[in-house]
Amino acid sequence: MIHILLSRWRQGYRTFPYPKELPALPERFRGRPHIEAKRCPEGCRVCADVCPTEAIRLSSAGPEVDLGRCLFCPDCVEACPEGAITFTGDHRLAARTKEDLILKPDEEYRLAAALDGELKRLFGRSLKLRVVSAGGCNGCEVDVNVLGTLGWDLGRFGIQYVASPRHADGLLICGPVTRNMELAVRKTYDAVPHPKIVIAVGACAIQGGPYFRQEEQLGGVSSVLPVDLFIPGCPPHPLTILDGLLRLLGRLKAEGRVGA
Amino acid sequence: MSAADLPILRNGQSLPLREVPELSIGAFRETILRRIQEGDRLACLCADADLHLYAVLADDAGHALRVLRAKLGAPHYPALTPDCPQAHLFEREIAEQTGIIPEGHPWLKPVRFHLPWNGAPDPWKRGGVPVPGVIDFFRVEGEEVHEVAVGPVHAGVIEPGHFRFQCHGERVFHLEIALGYQHRGVEKALIGGPHPLSLKQAETACGDSSIAHAWAYCRLLEGLAGAEVAPRVDLVRGVALELERVANHVGDLGALSGDVGFLPTASFCGRIRGDWLNLSAEVCGSRLGRDWLCPGGLRQELEPALATRMLPRLDRAWVDTKDAVELLWGAASVMIRFEAAGRVDPDRAREIGLVGVAARACGVGRDVRHDHPFGPYGAHPIPVAQAESGNVHSRAWVRWEEAGESSRFLSTALASLADSEALVKAAPLPPLAPEQLCVSLTEGWRGEVLHLAWTDAQGRFARYKIVDPSFHNWFGLALALRGEQVSDFPLCNKSFNLSYCGHDL
Repeated sequence: MIHILLSRWRQGYRTFPYPKELPALPERFRGRPHIEAKRCPEGCRVCADVCPTEAIRLSSAGPEVDLGRCLFCPDCVEACPEGAITFTGDHRLAARTKEDLILKPDEEYRLAAALDGELKRLFGRSLKLRVVSAGGCNGCEVDVNVLGTLGWDLGRFGIQYVASPRHADGLLICGPVTRNMELAVRKTYDAVPHPKIVIAVGACAIQGGPYFRQEEQLGGVSSVLPVDLFIPGCPPHPLTILDGLLRLLGRLKAEGRVGA
Repeated sequence: MSAADLPILRNGQSLPLREVPELSIGAFRETILRRIQEGDRLACLCADADLHLYAVLADDAGHALRVLRAKLGAPHYPALTPDCPQAHLFEREIAEQTGIIPEGHPWLKPVRFHLPWNGAPDPWKRGGVPVPGVIDFFRVEGEEVHEVAVGPVHAGVIEPGHFRFQCHGERVFHLEIALGYQHRGVEKALIGGPHPLSLKQAETACGDSSIAHAWAYCRLLEGLAGAEVAPRVDLVRGVALELERVANHVGDLGALSGDVGFLPTASFCGRIRGDWLNLSAEVCGSRLGRDWLCPGGLRQELEPALATRMLPRLDRAWVDTKDAVELLWGAASVMIRFEAAGRVDPDRAREIGLVGVAARACGVGRDVRHDHPFGPYGAHPIPVAQAESGNVHSRAWVRWEEAGESSRFLSTALASLADSEALVKAAPLPPLAPEQLCVSLTEGWRGEVLHLAWTDAQGRFARYKIVDPSFHNWFGLALALRGEQVSDFPLCNKSFNLSYCGHDL
């Protein structure tokens, strides 16, 4: 017993003070991309051609990045001859619609707005989620799970992963939804009582990720269910996932990194 | 041709396809069975779309790999499984992917629930799209026998799979595991590659073993292109793989301790695992080691200054790990649960071809880093951790020993990287040789990761085969449950901690 107490003392209090302070992210962390379209040479489409998931589209204002397709790999950054695309350290990526996931060079990125009305009243201070892995590589699952550890302590925000859809307010789904998981995903959704929400975590769950061309999968959760929140990344950093969840519940300020 | 004439391949070495011995199916079977009897392992058995069977035999003691193939005249052949249980899942996979029927297979059921790739008739004549989990499950009959069905969706943040227990009271007679829910077509996607997404698909073949799979993929391409990488690159790759190993072992030890209700280690390890993952992120920006390696070299360098900065963090992470995990071995309540559950017999382990932690926990000292050294492990050998009892305790202990060895390797490697100049970016890989075959093995934290591919006349992948360690080991979990209590399933399952997506591909 004494050993346990001594260890407890040595290990100390290690829950991050987030959201009062942001935990340090690694220097090479690839967060939200930044496009400086004025650097783009006329007619250049190197970034769009090199992107393995067709996440980059060229508009009249310059390249647009669909963060729902983006794997946050450095392919476009390395290929751009002018250094017009960079990854910033900004972890905030979650959006409410697929349109909002498109990062445009001349517009502000629209981060997820909070739930409102009845849903906000019901879930704002207590949200129970059933997690379903539907063809994920266990990458997103790992970083969803991490939020339950003492470093993040998801429970202090009133959010909890539960062991039955009957106990849940919504689903958190990873993976592109394989054909082999379609039925299970639908049944799990049907088993959650109304009203309910659906959260898609990771590039696979949004658009199919690295498997978007494969016929064995359906190209993301929204092909099967209505989705209320998209959290991009391959996989998203735990902080990105937590930011998305808290934003949905209206627990973070709309702009600015730190909320109340 | 006799077995002695089979050409010997080293891990990562390539061979012109025409030099891969083509045997009659009779000689093919005989050679495999004889070599297995002499102690080889069936590391891979697969088929292509033209009725060829390919086998990779691993002679671990002789540090050699042997590849052989057979051309079938018709889509059936006498199954190997009755004489060689290691072949059982491979042969089911062959039937499912190509419609070739291994005749006399005692357990011929689907693996991933899809129709054959080549349009061959459905071996199970299901008349339409297969439904996962719908198979003829083994049943024990009797008035007091009952069945427990779990999954595919599980009560936690876990991947999907279906488990069917045949029980008498609490006692499990038999567990049957039906997977395939995570099947997203990885091997099929790689055919015709390398494509721009191929590296990503290798990294996500099993996303918690990104480095093990990415490294196997990179070495395979390097073998097929005839490219060598600098020793410094190998050392950085070794750092990547060992960080992945320690992070996952620490996570598993925490989770095991949580499953027996010992909360101090469970909660400490949950956090400390993050410290190890964050060390990987320091180099490549991703906690799971994404975009760190690339064929021909590294995508992200580990510069001397960065290695110097990582060293104190590594020491700190190890001190915390040691403090948290050592509590386990002194807690009687933990030991009694660990020692009493999930035993696999060593002979059985050999027979069914277990690999990795699960094999080493049965005293079967298989470790690719030792048996088929790759990267830095020839020059910097890592001792093979072993335990004898084959139970949950042994699997936990092997993880603990390995975490220690890996952390020592990491200290030495980082110190040496801190002292050596970073390389300029490697030149892009030359094109792959046409009609060439290569086998590449790495030792991921679960065990042996095998990538096998051969190219067509244009130097594109004609076939790409991935064998995740979980493919060998799921049956081990089923055996570990025999005679155990059904309530011990979570603990036994966690002690194997196998991958669903790595199996389902």
